Amino acid sequence: MTNTWADIKNTNLVVIMGGNAAEAHPCGFKWVTEAKAHNKAKLIVVDPRFTRSAAVSDLYVPIRAGSDIAWLGGLINYLLTNDKIQHEYVKAYTNASFIVKAGFAFSDGLFTGYDVQKRDYDRSSWSYEIGEDGYARVDETLQDPRCVFQLMKAHYTRYTAEMVERICGSPKDKLVQAWEWIAETSAPDRVMTSMYALGWTQHSKGSQNIRTMAMVQLLLGNIGVAGGGMNALRGHSNIQGLTDLGLMSNLIPGYMTLPGEEEISKAIYLKPRGFKPLRPGQLSYWQNYPKFFVSFLKSMYGKEATADNDFRYDWLPKLDLAYDVLRMFELMHRGSINGYFCQGFNPLMAFPNKKKLVNGLSKLKFLVVMDPLATETASFWENHGQYNDVDPAQIQTEVFRLPTTCFAEEDGSLTNSGRWLQWHWKGADGPGESRSDIVIMSDLFLRLRELYRKEGGAFPDPILGLHWPYKLTEAPSPEEIAREINGYAVEDIPDPKDASVVLMRAGQQLDGFAQLRDDGKTACGCWIYSGCFTEKGNQMARRDNSDPYDSGLAPNWAWAWPVNRRILYNRASCDANGKPWNPRHKIIEWNGKSWVGADVPDYPPAMKPEAGMDPFIMNAEGVARLFTLGLMKDGPFPEHYEPFEAPIANPLHPKVNANPVARVFQGDLEVFGTADDYPLVATTYRLTEHFHYWSKHCRINAILQPQQFVEIGEALAKAKGINNGDMIKVRSNRGQIIAVAVVTKRIRPLNVDGKVIHTVGIPIHWGFTGLTKKGFGANILTPYVGDANIETPEYKAFLVDIERATPSV
Amino acid sequence: MSTMQSLDVTRRSATTRPSPSVRETEEVAKLIDISKCIGCKACQAACYEWNDLRDEIGVHVGVYDNPHDLTENSWTLMRFTEVEEEEGKLEWLIRKDGCMHCADPGCLKACPAPGAIVQYSNGIVDFISENCIGCGYCVKGCPFNIPRISKKDQKAYKCTLCSDRVSVGLEPACAKACPTQAISFGTKSDMVEFAQTRIADLNERGYDKAGLYDPPGVGGTHVMYVLQHADRPELYAGLPKDPKISPLVEAWKGAAKPLALVGLGLTALFGFLHYVTGGPNEVEETDEEQAKKTIDERGDGRGGR
Repeated sequence: MTNTWADIKNTNLVVIMGGNAAEAHPCGFKWVTEAKAHNKAKLIVVDPRFTRSAAVSDLYVPIRAGSDIAWLGGLINYLLTNDKIQHEYVKAYTNASFIVKAGFAFSDGLFTGYDVQKRDYDRSSWSYEIGEDGYARVDETLQDPRCVFQLMKAHYTRYTAEMVERICGSPKDKLVQAWEWIAETSAPDRVMTSMYALGWTQHSKGSQNIRTMAMVQLLLGNIGVAGGGMNALRGHSNIQGLTDLGLMSNLIPGYMTLPGEEEISKAIYLKPRGFKPLRPGQLSYWQNYPKFFVSFLKSMYGKEATADNDFRYDWLPKLDLAYDVLRMFELMHRGSINGYFCQGFNPLMAFPNKKKLVNGLSKLKFLVVMDPLATETASFWENHGQYNDVDPAQIQTEVFRLPTTCFAEEDGSLTNSGRWLQWHWKGADGPGESRSDIVIMSDLFLRLRELYRKEGGAFPDPILGLHWPYKLTEAPSPEEIAREINGYAVEDIPDPKDASVVLMRAGQQLDGFAQLRDDGKTACGCWIYSGCFTEKGNQMARRDNSDPYDSGLAPNWAWAWPVNRRILYNRASCDANGKPWNPRHKIIEWNGKSWVGADVPDYPPAMKPEAGMDPFIMNAEGVARLFTLGLMKDGPFPEHYEPFEAPIANPLHPKVNANPVARVFQGDLEVFGTADDYPLVATTYRLTEHFHYWSKHCRINAILQPQQFVEIGEALAKAKGINNGDMIKVRSNRGQIIAVAVVTKRIRPLNVDGKVIHTVGIPIHWGFTGLTKKGFGANILTPYVGDANIETPEYKAFLVDIERATPSV
Repeated sequence: MSTMQSLDVTRRSATTRPSPSVRETEEVAKLIDISKCIGCKACQAACYEWNDLRDEIGVHVGVYDNPHDLTENSWTLMRFTEVEEEEGKLEWLIRKDGCMHCADPGCLKACPAPGAIVQYSNGIVDFISENCIGCGYCVKGCPFNIPRISKKDQKAYKCTLCSDRVSVGLEPACAKACPTQAISFGTKSDMVEFAQTRIADLNERGYDKAGLYDPPGVGGTHVMYVLQHADRPELYAGLPKDPKISPLVEAWKGAAKPLALVGLGLTALFGFLHYVTGGPNEVEETDEEQAKKTIDERGDGRGGR
């Protein structure tokens, strides 16, 4: 979230699209009800289904799954043609005025530079024109036909309300009503919040779904302000922490990237990460990358990391490929992986095309599963009849189950959607032989290190040299790890102005990342978390819920990254002179000497407004990007592409139907289905009563939602002769599931491109372990393709057909 | 259910002795704002947790209502109704069902067992299970079809409005757990006043028939609803428009009850009991009926209707 949960109460308009907050985030949804009850806010829900969020909405707009960019592109067109944007904001705080290089263009569904063989772009033309002064050229009048504003306007003229209705199936009257309400928030004192989740990410163009709404929010001036923002609702209690700490195959903590194999030295690695300002007077905070990076290497390798040896840059793994989960299972499937350590993850249910997953797991020599529960993945080799029809005799994979404690059985912190790191304390000891993940991993590490010490090996150095400073070698405490993540001075740091004054003593905890250095004198495990555990103690454990400005920010409750800031980009809540756009909900303001207010300013605290530094200080431009240069693989402006399995040809450009740069493996392409065989649009989702595949192990959750079902509309049910409560088969080109039919008014046929399109809704929570009735993984049906940028699988839009199951089932 | 000593009982079933009444408390009420309810079932989970109850893990029959009906172990239940009165204006009305804690409780009036049903001065109607004889008269006496008889111990059970929590100054578990504050708890007068602010908000949002459900036919209730369509409570899974205590109960109270009380009426009692469990259902037919029929046809339905 750019903003924070309780801040939602400050909004005038909530748009839930690409998510279902009432069902999937019921506790956070309370802030929507607060906004409605106390701020007269309205709620719009855009969803293929009339959800429990829609049940309490002021306006519900149906949409075909997988057509969000068309809907939002139409909204951009509506805002621009009706002149409903916040002009001052757009001109001063976005790159609307920046001139794009000659040569960049878009036609017939493709941007400049497409290579059909590689299924990728040469993105060199997707950039700014650089003037003789070395800075990007701009046209403050926004009239230059090559400026971002004009290019954007031209790009979205194709997205008329009629075209959107044709692609999305949203009735035009409802569509336009929603757009009108949204457009009202272009007024400086009106604001809209966007709440989204997997309904946007789980598409082959998921990142661009979110980008499109971010553009809308920028055009409306709704980023950085109270009650505004782009608010990703995270599905696991600590999934925000997972990405923050770099638990992606290509990341290291704090959104730094793991080097590629061609980056053979630290200098080569850092060269493209210089982040030189693209406009005069801009901060471009990522210029400090070397400080974050060297401090990270110091926390990894301690004394071993010195300036002379490039801080052991050589010891970091180098990527030859992106090893995302889809790739790993593809490699497993091809038989090129021997062992798999599966920690806190149930991929047999969570990743697409179950058949392929079972096949991959069956080719392993060993599988280690660390989990508090008996997951399906740990039991993939067991035969559970139709629910997991495998032959154990044919599977030679040796499976080790290492039971772990769950979150309530250990101390630690969880990072919520609002970026709050909240410390929690153990409530009980774990049962039986369970051990914490930290203890299991430490044990494994110490045994490996011992083996390397005794036997050597191809490259033992990074293991033997790993910094391991914990009091109990075999059981580092969560506090020790938190302190290491926060960072500390490695040696005494003298004041550069007066060497007799010591700024920080060796071993002293850092106050924040501003103290990080690139000379090896500081160590920090995750720069954005620096400040969470200072000399003042564990800031994450703070529990003072006072809220002096009644802003919903509660600055002394837990700790938010970065530097306890609750609303990102909050400098943009004020105009160029430092006056709040909306005096009723001000966050910070310039008082003549400094920036003050309810939140920690996202800006140098004493920087005068007249100095001309723009609010988006992380960006080299100083402003937010309506045009993303080459940062997104599939285009600098979001474009509507159909899902890989789509019921129609793309009306905008039938020759480029789906995302042209999304990666598709051989073998997966062949099992995509077509609308001729599978005419129904399917979408998967979660229910309030369950949490992924965990809570089916809990009795009460199992009582509340005991058995798998599939939702279909009344018209489709009638056409197929299906009654409410019948068992039905749902088939895709990859497999079939059988479940109870819920025949409902809440799913309507949509008129899409002249065809009547039906939607089939498939909740995901059932499997073959747990207390609920056994069920089929919804991933038996889903296609094996991910988002072009981050490989999140396309669970939200694919094709199926249905029929009544025989009564005997 | 209550096991606490009560000093503020205003009424006891089938008894003429004066009730303990040294303590007088203010009338309380739970206000359920249906326009804020997201059907998350946290109230159901909280009810199981607080009261240490667990129902069976059932089956899905085509509706979100799980379990499918109130049972001796499920004292509250979300009932989901899809309503489309006007083409294109779909509503998904979600009502938390459970004991309404009537000011004039039909269950208490019908109950032949002395002290098995009591009403406290705060308005809560409680079953004192140790006094319950399992006759099921309370079921027939209830205009909302709430009490359920346990097959295990032949005693009646229903929501206590967390009388044990309320007596020590806590709100009911369901109100505590509700994430959207769709369930409020306080004095009845405060709740009535608060409801007016919610109704004003709903009026502004185009629900001009929004209103408070506090039916006078049973003397008002200590569980009240804010309804978007107060003129048509039956839209909400058959919430009775004008609930009254069954005339049969009134008749029974007048004639048959004394017979039972003097111990002559065992046969009659069983006859009546048979009528209660097998007789016609007062509650209007709803969408749920179809679902329940389906369960019954599958042979795994539980009693209650």
